[in-house]
Amino acid sequence: MPFRSVSVAAPNLSVVSERPFPTLPNPAPGPAADEGLARRLRALACTAPLHDLDVRKANLAGEFGGYAMAELALSAIDLVTLQMDFDTGADHEQVVARLLARVAAQAPGRAQEEHERVARWVVENLVNVGSVDRGFRAVYGTFDPDGSYVRRDYDFKLIEEVPGPGGGVYLRTTDEAVNVLVGALDTDVTSAQIAAEVKLEVLVNRGRLADAQLAAEQARYRTVQYAEALRRTLDATRRNVRAVDWLHTVPDMITEALDHVADRYRHENAILTNIRRARDEAAADRGPTHKRQAAELVDIVKDCIRRHTQLQSRLLEAGPLFRAEQDRQAFAPPPARAGTDVYGQLLAPVLPLPLEQAHRVTDAFFARGAGLRTPECVRLGDLVDLLLTPPAPREHLGAEMPEPDLVATPDDSRFSEEQLEAAQDLLDLPADAPRRLSGLLAQARSRDPELPYLVALLAVHAASPPVGTAHRQGERRVLFAVDDGTELEDAEFGGADLIIGSALLDAAAEPAASP
Amino acid sequence: MHDETEPDDRPAPAEELGAAPVTPADAADAARLVSFGLHPKLIPARDAEYTELLRRHRDEPAFARLADAVATGLGLVVLEVSTRAGMALAADEESVFAVRMGDYARRANSDSADRFLHGLAHLAVAAMAFPRPEDLADDGYIGRITVNGVDSFVRQACRKLEEQAEQEGENTDPATDAPGLEAAWRVYARRSATGATKDSRRLAGSTTGIIAKAVGFLVDSGFLQRTGDDAGGTYRTTARYQLQVRDMAGSAAMAELLELGVVPVSDGTPSLLPPREGEDLDLVAEAGLPFHR
Repeated sequence: MPFRSVSVAAPNLSVVSERPFPTLPNPAPGPAADEGLARRLRALACTAPLHDLDVRKANLAGEFGGYAMAELALSAIDLVTLQMDFDTGADHEQVVARLLARVAAQAPGRAQEEHERVARWVVENLVNVGSVDRGFRAVYGTFDPDGSYVRRDYDFKLIEEVPGPGGGVYLRTTDEAVNVLVGALDTDVTSAQIAAEVKLEVLVNRGRLADAQLAAEQARYRTVQYAEALRRTLDATRRNVRAVDWLHTVPDMITEALDHVADRYRHENAILTNIRRARDEAAADRGPTHKRQAAELVDIVKDCIRRHTQLQSRLLEAGPLFRAEQDRQAFAPPPARAGTDVYGQLLAPVLPLPLEQAHRVTDAFFARGAGLRTPECVRLGDLVDLLLTPPAPREHLGAEMPEPDLVATPDDSRFSEEQLEAAQDLLDLPADAPRRLSGLLAQARSRDPELPYLVALLAVHAASPPVGTAHRQGERRVLFAVDDGTELEDAEFGGADLIIGSALLDAAAEPAASP
Repeated sequence: MHDETEPDDRPAPAEELGAAPVTPADAADAARLVSFGLHPKLIPARDAEYTELLRRHRDEPAFARLADAVATGLGLVVLEVSTRAGMALAADEESVFAVRMGDYARRANSDSADRFLHGLAHLAVAAMAFPRPEDLADDGYIGRITVNGVDSFVRQACRKLEEQAEQEGENTDPATDAPGLEAAWRVYARRSATGATKDSRRLAGSTTGIIAKAVGFLVDSGFLQRTGDDAGGTYRTTARYQLQVRDMAGSAAMAELLELGVVPVSDGTPSLLPPREGEDLDLVAEAGLPFHR
């Protein structure tokens, strides 16, 4: 029981606050002093489910010692946060699939089924599927203003399941999880984002790309958080138009948000230009690692821009929606008599009540508001008939499919299949004997005057070999081309006389390890 | 159109009918009308016999009293008899027709949080269906709700309370040994909105699951009609639902609130209001809907 074990582990947390108890003359430091402690205890509690995973992996049937569950859990939270889009959350299966790479990296010798089982176990435990609330509870202690020591329950979630537009269930990380993950607790979204971006800019200018990447990722978390906040706001306003001041507040809010998006967009584009320059310059003097980092950074900032564009289109849709709702409600006929205000007089007063009182009101509403049911009387005769009636046969096949009318498209390829085969045959070089492009071209020309073009094309492609893709697809070798500065002397082609060879891929290495 | 009858101020049928004595056939017809009323999904306009009995109820006071007496005898309250709502009946608490919470949801018997959530779902559906007092009063009003909409509506209200508590620096985490003292909104807020299940059905214990159950039940009561599958299911209200909330459920819940010492006062203006001039509308993260009370 994941729920239990968290609650059991929790008394450790409260020990922290109990310890000074006998030594202090005044046992109650007051709510103000205690509040910070309570906040830290809660933050601490948020990490408990992650540690808990590593503790409980021993209870799983099988040998799971090789997996670092807390690392997987953090990575899963990362994945969900980054996939959280404006409309939906992350797809459960997708998160599991992406997590698999890391799981497999931790225990490469194990079966794929076991990897999947571990990934699922981690994600399900972060949702805490076993409990009815699908959340966690930690117990901590505080001093009341009157000096009495009270143990309190802190309920929180890390990944929550939300309904998606298509009726599906999506995953979202809660604020607690994002805070645990990002580490910046209790900060204003807007200012934190600006801070992160300024930091990024400075870092990029100084050429410290590893730090810049970290900052860019943080900026992206902020962007997601900001989008999420606005999505909730818009969603809520859509439900209750009359609750909103359409004359001042809403237009102001939209303008403000649009300004913000425009501002961020400009800012991020500037950063993008900067990093691109850094990336291109980096290639020359600092080596491939630097170049790769810069390229990743470009992707992250692009993603930020994409999210902001999405946010902007949402904001532009809000205006017409408000007007339509306004029309619908403003021209409704005036009321004949006043009715009960179900929200203001019933729902709103009930929610702050303690549970034991609140359910008396809801019980009363239910008893009078659910309607009536006619009690069922079953006659034995009917029952026998009902049970003996064969079920109606169901239509299995749908409507007949029309025969598709297919037209053959003319083959307008530049090179024929035979030519491709011949070229690939030429380039099928042994791993220990690379050749110069000039020799290959001459050999190709002797077979077919068109063939050199194809060989040259393939050689140029090999200059940037898709190693990652080849590796994922399980290929054993990949063609590569290197420029060593020699000029190509050829009647038809100019440029560098590339050295072309085959590189063997190490099948045992983990695909996920490559970026 | 309205013919609401209180069982107490009605004289005995025998002396009232006077001139035209009640025949067994009249009694049979009156009982037949009540039985039509017990089929809440039956639409009067689609059944000639039902329509004819409703006309008799409207035109013949003696028959009307007879039908009302039959209903009262069965432990039913007549809310309205009209062509739009048919014979709208509500069950007395002691009646065999009444629905008990324990039969409605088994977990509600043992778990007070579940019991509250099931009741709250019904209250929230009504609040969402009739957001303004005049919506409940206006006979022509048709409310529209979605399952996910009701959930977000309540969550929004809960979030508002959470913020309020936070602002006042109040620690709302309940004491461990007194779960009954936990604020009601917290019970709702911490229950998950939805959840994946092995057979891809809605998770029954989630709040959308609980609301979907309430909504499905109200459909069977003839109170809601399903109109689509968007946002967890979309529904519109029927005349009967309006009557039931206005005349029965609303006042019953209100009486209970008064007994608890909570006195919700209304002058008929809606409580979901735009903010006052100059009021600071703080639309940062988590602020959500700026509704002001």
